[in-house]
Amino acid sequence: MTAAPRPLRVLYFAWMRERVGTGEEAVQPPAEVDTVAALVAWLRTRSPRHEAAFAMAASVRCAVNQDFADPDTTVAPGDEVAFFPPVTGG
Amino acid sequence: MATVRVQQGAFDIGAEIAALGAGRADIGGIGCFVGTVRDQAHGRAITAMTLEHYPGMTEQAMARIAAAAEARWALLGCTLLHRVGELRPGEGIVLVLAAAAHRQAALDATGFLIDWLKTRAPFWKKERFADGQEGWVDAREADDTAAARWGALG
Repeated sequence: MTAAPRPLRVLYFAWMRERVGTGEEAVQPPAEVDTVAALVAWLRTRSPRHEAAFAMAASVRCAVNQDFADPDTTVAPGDEVAFFPPVTGG
Repeated sequence: MATVRVQQGAFDIGAEIAALGAGRADIGGIGCFVGTVRDQAHGRAITAMTLEHYPGMTEQAMARIAAAAEARWALLGCTLLHRVGELRPGEGIVLVLAAAAHRQAALDATGFLIDWLKTRAPFWKKERFADGQEGWVDAREADDTAAARWGALG
């Protein structure tokens, strides 16, 4: 018996959350989506809102499993991937 | 040794300093930085500021920043507090304390901690203006420059 594929948990914060229209979604991209860059390209096809949110890709930061990540970072089923603007705390 | 906290409510600076130094006499100085909400930005009056964060990652990032400071300076304790939720002008947003045997380490570590906190912890600020409009605060290049003076990524 094969295990059911585990979804990716995708989180959005600040204006990314407002533009996508949700703070969190569970997605099941195809297996070849195995990096942050590939995930972004795939997420952009999900809806016009996703496309609009990721249109300013240069301003979007990412974390994989709560660690800052870059476009080449590997993503795998079960990971938590977050997208957000550059941080402005302090 | 580091105290790291994300909280909605106000912080008591005196109480935090007292807690950092409680029961010890080896501390020669405590550096302190308090960030507060200004009442204007770009010439427009601000009525509120909302702080959003990434629960879980925030605490980890803050603990990592505190650990980086402890690795660079001989600290005898440090405190990082950051508020979230809706704040009013004049209210405290962030408190950084660093205790050491001598002032230079305490002051340098305090500067390092706030510079890294501003650029490496997942918080976002949204301003509400007097006319009712709202806007996310843009990241400032000056903050990256300030953080970069402490050297390599850690």
